[in-house]
Parts: sequence; structure tokens; C-alpha cells
Amino acid sequence: MKLWPRSEARVAASLIVALCATLVAAPSRAETPEEKGLAIAKEAERRNDGFGDTSATMQMILRNRQGEESKREIRSQVLEVAGDGDKSLIIFDQPKDVEGTALLTYSHKTADDDRWLYLPALKRVKRIAGNNKAGPFMGSEFAFEDLGSQEVEKYTYKYLRDETLDGQDCFVTERYPVDKDSGYTRQVIWMDKAEYRPLKIEFYDRKQSLLKTLEFKEYQKYLDKYWRPSRLDMVNHQTGKSTTLLFKNYKFRNGYTDRDFDQNSLKAAR
Amino acid sequence: MSAVLRRAGALLALLPFAALAEDADLKLSLELSAETRTFLQPAAYANQADDTVGLSVSVLPELYYAWSRDGSITFQPFARWDSIDDERTHADVRELFLQQRAGAFDLRAGVGRVFWGVTESVHLVDIVNQTDLVENPDGEDKLGQPMLSLAWTSPALGTFTGFVLPYFRERTLPGADARLRAPLPYAIGDAVYESRREERHIDYALRWNVSAGPLDLGLSHFSGTARAPRFMPGLTPSGPVLVPVYDLIEQTGLDANLVVEGGWIWKLEAIHQQNRVEDYSAAAGGFEYTFSGVFDSAWDIGALTEYLWDSRGDDAPTPFQNDVFVGTRIAANDTASTEILAGAIIDTQRGGIFGNVEASRRIGAAGKLVLELRLFMDADARDPLYFLRRDDYLQIEYIRYF
Repeated sequence: MKLWPRSEARVAASLIVALCATLVAAPSRAETPEEKGLAIAKEAERRNDGFGDTSATMQMILRNRQGEESKREIRSQVLEVAGDGDKSLIIFDQPKDVEGTALLTYSHKTADDDRWLYLPALKRVKRIAGNNKAGPFMGSEFAFEDLGSQEVEKYTYKYLRDETLDGQDCFVTERYPVDKDSGYTRQVIWMDKAEYRPLKIEFYDRKQSLLKTLEFKEYQKYLDKYWRPSRLDMVNHQTGKSTTLLFKNYKFRNGYTDRDFDQNSLKAAR
Repeated sequence: MSAVLRRAGALLALLPFAALAEDADLKLSLELSAETRTFLQPAAYANQADDTVGLSVSVLPELYYAWSRDGSITFQPFARWDSIDDERTHADVRELFLQQRAGAFDLRAGVGRVFWGVTESVHLVDIVNQTDLVENPDGEDKLGQPMLSLAWTSPALGTFTGFVLPYFRERTLPGADARLRAPLPYAIGDAVYESRREERHIDYALRWNVSAGPLDLGLSHFSGTARAPRFMPGLTPSGPVLVPVYDLIEQTGLDANLVVEGGWIWKLEAIHQQNRVEDYSAAAGGFEYTFSGVFDSAWDIGALTEYLWDSRGDDAPTPFQNDVFVGTRIAANDTASTEILAGAIIDTQRGGIFGNVEASRRIGAAGKLVLELRLFMDADARDPLYFLRRDDYLQIEYIRYF
């Protein structure tokens, strides 16, 4: 193996020195809280890149203030789309009166999502407006925007502090929805430093008061890389209602294509 | 038809074994419904029943079996019993079809239901299935249509679907003792066809639809027996009747949806029909605007406005030749999915108003209560709505799902 000629070695050495200097200098150049918040969100997204597609079944347990429960069962299929938001197909199994109803969403980084609802009784595919993202999903404490594809571009960010949550070192970041139709003015998100997984989000409503808290629980690792929570608990502090979302049968790499997310699939979804 | 039945039968026989396959999926469900329909005024015509309250029950079972992600069969029969109208006591095979996907192709063979269109007040473009009019005067219930359809989907060009419709279904019409009919009873079962092959005339349809961001666009053409009959006076030993006449038609349709940021959806449907009586065009268009989360609540309130037009003007057999539809869709977004759709179609020339309120709410985990109020108001004698002037009704339905 040939060694580098001296001159090239010198160039390489100075490059390495310069590079190290930049690396050392970068944090000390006082990265702003906004930059750090954005960097954390980007790193979290980078770690989730390349999952391809997933399917899962979800059970939703809705509790009112008196603790009375009602249940919903849905199945979801998600296709990762390079350079844009994900495509998703959600099929309702319970309650029975909406069985077979299906929702197809093409989410976008900043524009309103494209959404179509399939009504099996009429065999009708209905386009629905994209602006009710703040509305409740199936009467639950989850809004459409809570369950939608979480693109980095949907928020601006500000890193707040480091904090330990349930024994895990976390970044605590504030994020502000870009969309004026969002039901929130800000969200405070706890993300663990080890894996960049969201552990908790506090949602503040349009009047700046604390509206809801979401906790992500029972994370499991899939394909040796992708973390998914098995349980989400959303509590509404203003109404006393809560919703638990249980994920089962997570499957990755089902081989989905765009064909599985077109209107004929919506009609055939069961 | 019988080939399809045989194929379906063979598949059913295989169910217990095929159910072991990994992607296989078997679903059985059942809807039972009981309703009362209360007419608010006494009947207008001599031989209509005196009852102002009608009782009715219906059953809608369904079997769905998928042997893979790409192939399935669906069987959905339907039956209703009605206390007033013998014609409304009827049964139908709503669906019995095989569905198979292969690459860019989707094949459907059997009896099925297809819906085309975007507007709320009328459905001009929707033509594949015959209306099961005795079910509901709004015409949204349909009879199963024997069909063979093949769709080809391309990411760039959208979906092209061809239909062969080998058998025609006559529109169900209210019996002589029933409400919601014309002054003369219908000659049910004595329909007249332009085609010598009558209901065995083979109809064809072709549709292209594409979605591009905020726009959904559909173009369709239908060639065959009209789904909507015209009526000719006839004489029978028991008196004068209206005979349904089914002409051969060529109908081209366009439907489009445009979503505009901020909660607007603009809608348009237009058709042009050629037939042996009078070629005509008709259109319906307007918007739906949704106020989301009004007054910081979870409620969504939608405002709907559509304009309805028919080139035949006052001669049009439809009551909606120059009408404006205004309505609202209210969704509480609560755990019971409470919803109200209320609206009126107002005739700008003849003054008639068709008022409609539909409300529904989930009861328990597997029940639903549906309320329906239909009002036929102020129509003058030139308006087909005039026939129904005494048939305002309130319907209360409870549906139980199994």
C-alpha cells in the first residue's frame, strides 16, 4: 500500500484540523435554542427514515369524566413517501355502525392533507376538507393532527432544557404549529436522548392554557431499528376525559405500493 | 349470472380450508332495522291506504371472505317487510361478487354497486345501478346490478374502468295503496322497453377518474337502457295507470371536486343525454364550506349550496330543473357520532320546496337511531313535486348491528 506523498498528507492533515476545529467550534458558537430544537426534530425524523411501510391494529378506549368506557377498533396501513408526508389508510372495525368505513390520507409537509372517506353503505368515496385537523378523531381525545404524519416542517422549534423523565435523560423542546388551523399554540415535547423517541407531549390550546397530555408507553423495537409505542395515553385536563390507544400486530415491510393507497383500494378495504 | 353463482358456491365450499391461509379473512355481519314512518297529512289519492303510520322491518346480512390481500368475495342479500306497501315488501341481492386485483388491474364480476358523483342534493352522473325507489324517495338506495368490470390504474393517468352490464333491473315503484307516488298507480311489471331484448339488452359503461392534489375529476359514458323511466298513461281493466317506459340512451357525465385551502370544497356534476324523445343536458354545482370547531367546541358545521339545472326547463320530468339547494351538515364529533343534515331544494320558478332533515346518533355499542323528516311544500301543479304534496313524513329508524 502506497503512502500519501508528503504534500498531500499535509493538506489532509490541515483539513482534519480545520474539520475538528469546526466540530469543536459549532456547539460553542452558541447554537440558538431554535436551532437545537430543530436539530433534535431532524435527528428524530432521520432515525425513522426508511421504515418503508407498516400495518397495525389499534384499539381505542374512550373514557368520559365518570369513567364510562367506549371502544373503537381500527386498522391502519402506512406507506412512507420520499420527499413528502406519508400515505395512510385507516379502516374502522368497531363500533359496528361504521364498520368498513375507511379514511385515505395523503399527508403533506406543510400543505393541507388530501383526505377521502369511503362510506360503505353508499359505496361512495367522499373528498373531505383538510382544515378540520383540530377536530376530534372518532369522538376521542386525539385530534386528527395528533395522529397524522409528524413532519418536521409542520412545526417551528425551541429547545428548552434537559430533564430526566422516569429515569430517562430527555431533551425538552417546545414546538409551534405552522398551520393556522391547528388547535394548538404550542406543544412541549419530552424526547429521550438515547433513542430520540417522544415520551410525553403537553398540548396548549389557542388560549395558551394546558389542554391535554399525551404519554407514549411500552416502546418496542422493530427491524432492529424503528421504535414504536404500544400504548398512548391522552388525558384532557379541561374536560377530565381520556383516551388510551393500544397498538397491536405491528408489521413492517408488508410490500405496500401506491396501489394499496388509491381509491380502488379504499373501496376494497375491509 | 349462474356461472358467477356457481363460482361463488364453489368458493363457499372451500371456506373452512382456505380460512387457514395467512392473509385470509372471513367476516360475517348483520344489520336489523325497524322503522315507523308517520305521514303528517291524509292521503291525496282515492286508492291509497288510510294508514298514516307505516311499520317496516328489514334485514341486511353480509358475508365477506378474502383469501388473500388481492382477492375476495362479498355476498349481501337484503329483505324488507312493510305494513302498507306490498311493493316495499321486497328482497334483493345487493351484492354478490368476486373481486380480484392483479398488478394495475382490478376485476369485479357478479352483482355489485357502483357510485359516481360528488354533489349532495342530486346524483346526476350516478347511473350504473337502478334506484330502489320504494326504499327511500331520496333515491340513494340502489338495487344490485349484474356486472363485469375491469379497472386499470396508472399513477400518472388515473383509473380507467370498463363495465359490461348484461341484465337490466326495473326501478322499484310504490304500489297503488302506497304514498309517495303519482296520482295514477304504476303498471308495475308491465314496463315497456325500446330495446327488443328488453331487460336482457347489454349495457356498457366507461369511466375515467383521476385525483391530482386538490382536484378529483371523473368522466364517464353510459350506453344502454335508461335507469330512470318516463311514464305513459295506459288503460287496464282496473282503470288508468302509468306505464314505465325505458328508452335506450347515450349519456356522458362529468364530475369534479376541487378542494380550496381553508375548508372549501367546490363540486360540479354535468350530464348530456341522447334519447329518442328529447336530448338534454343537466348540471348541479356548488360548494360545501366547513366551519371547524365552532365556538371552541368540537362541532363542525358545514354550509352547502348547490344550483340545479335541466335544459328541458318546465318540461323536465324532474322537479329540479332550476332550483337552489341550501343545507347544513352538523357533526358534534362526540362519542355517539351525532350528526344532522338539513336542507331544502327550492324551485326558483315554480315555488316548490323539498325539505329534508336527517339526524343520527349511536345508541350503545352496536345500535343507531336515525331520524328522517321529508317535506314537500308549496309546489304548483306544474311541478312533479306537486304529486307528493300530502306525503310529508317523519321516519324513526333503529338499526342494530351484529
